[in-house]
Amino acid sequence: MLTSESLKRIDREIAKYPAEQKQSAVMAALAIAQEQQGWLSTEAIECVANYLGMAPIAAYEVATFYNMYDLKPVGKYKVSVCTNLPCMLTGGVDAGEYLKKKLGIGYNQTTSDGLITLKESECMGACGDAPVMIINNRRMCSWMNPEEIDKLLAELK
Amino acid sequence: MAILGALNPMLSVGLDGDNAWRLADYVKRGGYQALRRILEEKLAQGDVINEVKKSVLRGRGGAGFPTGLKWSFMPRSFPGDKYVVCNSDEGEPGTFKDRDILRYNPHSVIEGMAIAAYAMGAGRGYNYIHGEVWEIYERFEEALDEARVAGFLGNNLLGSGFNFDLFAHHGYGAYICGEETALLESIEGKKGQPRFKPPFPASFGLYGKPTTINNTETFASIPYIINLGGETYLEAGKANNGGTKLFSVSGHVNRPGNYEIPLGTPFATLLEMAGGMRGGRKLKACIPGGSSAPVVPAATMMDCTMDYDSISKGGSMLGSGAVIVMDETTCMVRALERLSFFYYEESCGQCTPCREGTSWLYKVVHRIESGKGRPDDLDLLASVTTNIMGRTICALGDAASMPVQSFIKHYRDEFAYHIEHKKCLVPVEVQRAGSGFFTATV
Repeated sequence: MLTSESLKRIDREIAKYPAEQKQSAVMAALAIAQEQQGWLSTEAIECVANYLGMAPIAAYEVATFYNMYDLKPVGKYKVSVCTNLPCMLTGGVDAGEYLKKKLGIGYNQTTSDGLITLKESECMGACGDAPVMIINNRRMCSWMNPEEIDKLLAELK
Repeated sequence: MAILGALNPMLSVGLDGDNAWRLADYVKRGGYQALRRILEEKLAQGDVINEVKKSVLRGRGGAGFPTGLKWSFMPRSFPGDKYVVCNSDEGEPGTFKDRDILRYNPHSVIEGMAIAAYAMGAGRGYNYIHGEVWEIYERFEEALDEARVAGFLGNNLLGSGFNFDLFAHHGYGAYICGEETALLESIEGKKGQPRFKPPFPASFGLYGKPTTINNTETFASIPYIINLGGETYLEAGKANNGGTKLFSVSGHVNRPGNYEIPLGTPFATLLEMAGGMRGGRKLKACIPGGSSAPVVPAATMMDCTMDYDSISKGGSMLGSGAVIVMDETTCMVRALERLSFFYYEESCGQCTPCREGTSWLYKVVHRIESGKGRPDDLDLLASVTTNIMGRTICALGDAASMPVQSFIKHYRDEFAYHIEHKKCLVPVEVQRAGSGFFTATV
């Protein structure tokens, strides 16, 4: 179920570690599988485990431990908002509330057209840029005041 | 611009311009000279470590442990695999300095790690990068490619016969992986749950091999120490607190961002560099070293200088150098509620006192904040914290407890008011206005 492109990327990750330590590539491999599929199904986790020669339960433990893995389908865009204290002081919580109102959904919910899933998130290590949010685990958006959020929402189609 | 301001900087010199992070620019501003000199002159490993000891560089990740001493724990002449690992899993709320170091000066980290590997006889290294800063991870991989092509990484470095290769490993959302043994577990492809210590990583680390883990900023400082000499580096800071340090200033200031200042610089100077308080409001409190450090009231903070010893005398910790500034619009109960939620969410669940205790801390602070506090809740919180602290494998339990203890110690009246009147001393509209969210565009 993993494409040859994904497998090629996973191979590059495996090469970073000593030959007998393929399991070290599991975090990257799961991230690659999630990128391909949009989320991580049990089937995808098993596929990664088999490819790395590790027990599926061990890969499942990793997938459930780290919170950037999505074990259920999410919208086309997952918007994670940091509301931790430094962000909260400069509008992180307000930014989350603003998004909820605009989208008509709460945290951990997806818009009815399947476009956007909203998540509340922990510190992203960018507190000086608060409020911050991350799109699909990859793109960090800084200084998200109402105007910038409006622009972002117009862009996410 | 990378770093918003600096006094006598080292790490942030010459980082203007879009290509400052590239190898060519780094070499132009003197980069890789330290590594080259060590390899060409075949400096003894012990001499390199001594230079670092002389600098009194203390770990920049939070614990402040002397780096040179840590390096000397490695069995460097012991044959077999050894590792150096960089901890760039920057997730301590308030901290965002390593992100800027990797974004604007990644080769300083690569050079620092190569020097460390030479000094400790390690052949391989990993840089564990916080998963949330994906662009930084990609950039670091690109910087690694540049260094390999130029012969600063790989086999037979610059023809010296010394081999060292370095790779990037990304996290994927787990605060606990900033704890060094959890980080090692994570690189091994497991859940990031901290290990019992001893054995310490210097004897049983990554894949069971001797390993030294340092913070990004610590490694980035190494080339400067070798070039300047340990004593000159020490003099750039103050006694027992060598060198300059990056401080991440967040919260209610006009210019949140990173600032590089000599250790020992007054807090007042740093606050001024960060543009002073927003809207001319009054400073209420400051968390000087990341969310796990005890909160310090304004008056005490204004008397502190930014170094390990002064902040410790002020009742807190310099930690990672994350300065969270709170003004008079801040409700301390709400602030603590958010921090307690964070530790509850991020406890790895391995030790019962932390797993259960962080949940209790959050629940009780949450009910005080929501107007359902009970008269004996403050005693209950105190009792939970003493039952967590010192009873867990790693420091997360202590880190969750210290904010609770310090917030209640310094702002007991506010908590008591919440419990008695079921509302906050600081009106909700005032809190809301304090964030500036709805006025930012006006």
